[in-house]
Amino acid sequence: MKKAIALISGGLDSMLAAKVVQEQGVHVEGLNFYTGFCVEGHTHAIRKKRQVKPRRNNALWVAEQLGIKLHIIDVAEEYKDIVLNPKHGYGQNLNPCLDCKIFMVDRARTWGVAERDFDFIVTGEVIGQRPKSQRKETMPLIARESGADDLLLRPLCARNLAPTRPEREGWVDRDALYGFHGRNRKPQMALAESFGFSDYAQPAGGCCFLTDAQYASKLADLWDARGARDYELDDIMLLKVGRHIRPARHYKLIVGREEGENRYLEGYRNRFLHLRTAGFPGPLALIDGAPGPRDVTLAARILARYSRGRTLPRVDVSAHHVNGVVELLNVEPLPPTELPAAWHV
Amino acid sequence: MSPRQTGANVARGGRQQLDVRGLLCPLPVIRTQERVESLSTGTLLDILATDPGVLQDIPAWCRVHGHGLVATARDDTCIRITIEVCET
Ligand code: SF4
Repeated sequence: MKKAIALISGGLDSMLAAKVVQEQGVHVEGLNFYTGFCVEGHTHAIRKKRQVKPRRNNALWVAEQLGIKLHIIDVAEEYKDIVLNPKHGYGQNLNPCLDCKIFMVDRARTWGVAERDFDFIVTGEVIGQRPKSQRKETMPLIARESGADDLLLRPLCARNLAPTRPEREGWVDRDALYGFHGRNRKPQMALAESFGFSDYAQPAGGCCFLTDAQYASKLADLWDARGARDYELDDIMLLKVGRHIRPARHYKLIVGREEGENRYLEGYRNRFLHLRTAGFPGPLALIDGAPGPRDVTLAARILARYSRGRTLPRVDVSAHHVNGVVELLNVEPLPPTELPAAWHV
Repeated sequence: MSPRQTGANVARGGRQQLDVRGLLCPLPVIRTQERVESLSTGTLLDILATDPGVLQDIPAWCRVHGHGLVATARDDTCIRITIEVCET
């Protein structure tokens, strides 16, 4: 029996691609990459407490539906180079989709074909589905630059592409593959129905935060403030949480917007100067950067503005320094008119 | 899912602990997967976590890979999930 390693994002297309190959009697296992930017199941801890339906990990859910193993691989460290130096540039925001796909197929090839006994690689790509990374010209480019060459099978659009080795050698029947193209989702939905799939995830836009304009602007701000295009995993996790307010280039506040976010930010409080309102519950604010004493007072006024004491003349705020010193401040909450929109990252 | 009987296996594989407190999903699952790769069949692994997502994700990962979910417990500060490494 031939073995295929399928890239599983948690979305419908990769699920269908794996299923189509599985239906042909191929043994399929799934591979899912954790880049740090994944939308998938990223923030159970940060989500609102009252959310009715618990957030599932869609890639695991897909694997369960298909009855396949799913290997989730942490590539966050090596993925940095893709985000920071994409050879083929960015999409609409900071999403380096083409380089990302090449990287993932390459990793699937190394992990599955070179280091284990998988025969070929399967992805859910469809020609014309995404303006930059899924075009007719990019399909052979991804195959070539990833080193997968003709071991890369795209079952959903294979009939619009030159036959790959799995097709030529009869590992799969090309006639039972598909020729989908373009942005119309109806063929995929019909195929899903024919397999009896429902309740599948339909991520809008893309599979990661880098396609999100707001997230991308926070990342660009981070690079700008630090004077270097670099990040640590904690940086990119924190960009997903809270209100980010930058009164000056040398520091910014990260203010929790609700209980779940405050709880998440609590986990970082020993590593950051942080502020909290005293006397009544309010958000937690981490200060990233190197603020001076006057900056801390301004930050306290901003925090007070987002607390329940925003209408009071003065509010007590405690500033907890990383060296353990706690400073008590009594400040006037900053009136909204004095908080320029440009400070909101 | 019904918990597996594990009594006989404790002696066979021993018991280990994995601390993934503070990590957000899917990292607890990834760390579990990495640890399980080095464990022999029958080992019990106690996973300590804080992200409530593990309550869905680790059982799902166990089902997908054929490992056993032995117990889950939760208090105000921590979630403890015990799994049994099975032959897959
Ligand atoms: S949306 Fe993100 S994960 Fe998906 S291909 Fe683009 S960069 Fe990669």
